[in-house]
Amino acid sequence: MKEIATEVIRSPGYWSTVLRRFARDPVAVIAAAVVLGLILMAVFAPWLAPQDPLQGMTLRRLRPPGTEGYPLGTDELGRDMLSRLIHGARISLFMGIVPVFAALAIGATIGIVAGYAGGWTNTLLMRTVDVFFAFPSVLLAVALAGAMGPGILNSILALTLVFVPPIARVAESVTTGVRTRDYVEAARASGAGALLVIRKHVLGNVLGPIFVYAMSLIAVCMILASGLSFLGLGVKPPLPDWGLMLNTLRTAIYTQPLLCALPGVMIFITSISFNLMTDGLRSAMDIKA
Amino acid sequence: MALLEVRGLVKRFPVKTDFLGRTASFVSAVDRIDFDLHEGETLGVVGESGCGKSTTARLLMHLIAPTAGTIRFEGRTVGTPGLTWKAFLRQVQMVFQDSYASLNPRLTVSESIAFGPTAHDVSRREAEARAHSLLARVGLEPARFAGRFPHELSGGQRQRVNIARALAMQPRVLILDEAVSALDKSIEAQVLNLLLDLKDEFRLTYLFISHDLDVVRFMASRVLVMYLGRVAEIGPTEALYTGSRHPYTTALLGSLLSMDPDRRTSASPISGDPPNPINPPAGCRFHTRCPYAEVVCSAQVPALAPVASGHSAACVMSQPGSGHSRAAGKAA
Amino acid sequence: MSDVLDIRGLRVTFTGGARPVRAVDGVDLAIARGEVVALLGESGSGKSVTLRSILRLHPPRKSRIEGSIRVGGTDVLALQGQALADFRGKGASMIFQEPMLALDPVYTVGEQIVEAMLRHEPMPRADARKRALTWFEHVRIPSPERRLDVYPHEMSGGMRQRAMIALALACQPELLLADEPTTALDATVQVQILLLLRELQRELGLSMLFVTHDIGVAVEVADRIAVMYAGRIVEIGAVREVIRKPRHPYTQGLLSTRGHGGRLQGRRLPAIAGSPPDLAHLPPGCAFAPRCRLAADACRESAVGAVEVGADHLVRCLRTDETATT
Repeated sequence: MKEIATEVIRSPGYWSTVLRRFARDPVAVIAAAVVLGLILMAVFAPWLAPQDPLQGMTLRRLRPPGTEGYPLGTDELGRDMLSRLIHGARISLFMGIVPVFAALAIGATIGIVAGYAGGWTNTLLMRTVDVFFAFPSVLLAVALAGAMGPGILNSILALTLVFVPPIARVAESVTTGVRTRDYVEAARASGAGALLVIRKHVLGNVLGPIFVYAMSLIAVCMILASGLSFLGLGVKPPLPDWGLMLNTLRTAIYTQPLLCALPGVMIFITSISFNLMTDGLRSAMDIKA
Repeated sequence: MALLEVRGLVKRFPVKTDFLGRTASFVSAVDRIDFDLHEGETLGVVGESGCGKSTTARLLMHLIAPTAGTIRFEGRTVGTPGLTWKAFLRQVQMVFQDSYASLNPRLTVSESIAFGPTAHDVSRREAEARAHSLLARVGLEPARFAGRFPHELSGGQRQRVNIARALAMQPRVLILDEAVSALDKSIEAQVLNLLLDLKDEFRLTYLFISHDLDVVRFMASRVLVMYLGRVAEIGPTEALYTGSRHPYTTALLGSLLSMDPDRRTSASPISGDPPNPINPPAGCRFHTRCPYAEVVCSAQVPALAPVASGHSAACVMSQPGSGHSRAAGKAA
Repeated sequence: MSDVLDIRGLRVTFTGGARPVRAVDGVDLAIARGEVVALLGESGSGKSVTLRSILRLHPPRKSRIEGSIRVGGTDVLALQGQALADFRGKGASMIFQEPMLALDPVYTVGEQIVEAMLRHEPMPRADARKRALTWFEHVRIPSPERRLDVYPHEMSGGMRQRAMIALALACQPELLLADEPTTALDATVQVQILLLLRELQRELGLSMLFVTHDIGVAVEVADRIAVMYAGRIVEIGAVREVIRKPRHPYTQGLLSTRGHGGRLQGRRLPAIAGSPPDLAHLPPGCAFAPRCRLAADACRESAVGAVEVGADHLVRCLRTDETATT
């Protein structure tokens, strides 16, 4: 048969376009670099930290930044601030990222099932989710953590539960949008069962937006986790966690204000970098703009 | 016996539901239509927005469930143990209008085509081989196109992929829902020629839905005209185009633009917009815009009655004894 | 110099993407007062881009316009700020394809027309409203008094398009631009709108530039047709000339796929081979050459100039000798 169709218009794929657009946004790139730096800092903490974050000499407590041997000063128990901040990144990032990913797994499943099934299933699942969504996240986190008691595991559980509803909602709405697209209808029209259609056609197209949304929650989760630690419901001392450090250094605010601000600065830098990075990612994915 | 027989097909969409979820008011997108699709023919379906032709296509493909009515394929009713929907869909496939939206942007062209067969227990290998051979058949060289993504193709190429995808199921019937409407005219001609070639080669039967009367005249052997969810007229193409018996068909044909600069259209055959399907006129739905409307037209719904061999119209003017002044015979 | 529109050497390049895209590549077009010219072409031909350039609708940072556009003597490309805003609506105004998108959904149609009028000609509101009513009557909107206070979503498609025509004409522009105004309409509504436009054009002596991809539409409204392909006008002439005696292979191809009546049943349509050009990778020479059945080596080498094949009938083709006999 005579071939009538001629040249193919080569254009870059979706993700490479997204990456290119992302790279052209200076704010997003810087933010991503900071995030990467923080993650590396957390990973290599034992090698980067000059001193043991858990060992302190009470004789040298509350030294200001710039003291010999302690570039960022010491905390109320004489431990090196720099080392504690570096090690703190491990726990704080852990507490910020793990609950979000756990919530992603649970929430995305609920949302995708509800979105694809529609009807009664959707109503049942989403209205249940809405009940939890009705509570302000801070309140919910505090209540759950308070009920379960302090500790890293409990806070992670509490935070996961806090973030499942918003992710489920987003997953449901994205899935509902994709479900009505022509190619999903075409797949259904070929007689394929629901699971096959979801696996082949729905998942690939919904996981992207859901993932980006979840990433934008990391910043919030970090702050919530720090808040929980500050209230004594999260990390237990003597572990270095920025939120907990804010609490324990509270009393030194009149004598060494700079010291007290340091953990807060770290929380601020981390959460704003995550925020700007995911903002940039979201704009880059909005190809129509 | 026709290949496909549609009887009394109805689809109502709820417009308002009361607090218990029951339908308070509804729109009849498709309101009792009957037609036959004979093996080897191309039945054209024409009508304007709100006529229900796309809904009909979706009902046939089981993408939405009918409110009432039956569909019979080769004599067996679909949806019964004798012929499940899944088995039926292996015989009837559809090509959609929007070539871009009908293809999963994350799958390669070959994967999209091979998906259907794999859902029906065809092995991966065989499905892929089928996909490649179909790509060649629709004019896209497999070596160059199989691994491409939809956004890398032009509209015409994508539509060829959609056709290949529909054919991968080896169906007997192909429903083309405005399949060429979004294409440029120069590409449209190519795709229409392709469809004709494929029809001959695979011995297919087509249901060709389009708003373009010119294209339908070229493609179809019989034409069905729909208006507000009902069949207005059905019959052989030339009989309809040269001697239409329903005023709506006449108006629709009169809206065809002239290609002769010296003989431009001088008057619009019809005024106003197609009415709102939520509150259709009583009796004959067209009577509010019909130049021949009389009292009897709003009193009863005209039945689809034969006016010649194989040609039926739902208009009281063609029904003797109906009471219309133009109908032959006295009022009953 | 009684031409309402005078475009010379128009070149529009879009610089937003990976490669610059030359959407319009050297267009010369003139419209006399009271004349209707149709720009006919498929997707990628540059017809809409040309039209939008007249109102300077392209984002200035992502596009580059060269050449000259004069409307009623005004140099459009030199206008800035307030002068440009004054020009839009009064010098030239446009009817768009999708009225639902072009009309503001939160204002009634009457308010929008009044607002447009007051922008260009200060007058008491009551007068403006009376004039809006007259325009509604002109475009044959039934119950015009009531419809002035109706929102766009409360109107049917055909009526919305009539309202948009009224809006475009309310300030009595010198030039009316139409960007595929009937493409989104049903067949029975389309013919009504086209007839309306023709009547209004006759009554008011409008000058129109009408962009369409449908030959039938062009035949119904135009005095002259300009066929565009890959950003260039490849054929231009009186409507009778171009439709009855097309001389460019592309025009011939387009015309042969339409309007056959039932004569071709059972046979194949004469089709133009190949696909529309990729504007980012245009070949040197004639852009249609890859698809042209008459293409010769000379066609592929350098850009083709315009050849006069009849009275006021120009064609950009080197093979017009062959096309005369077809």
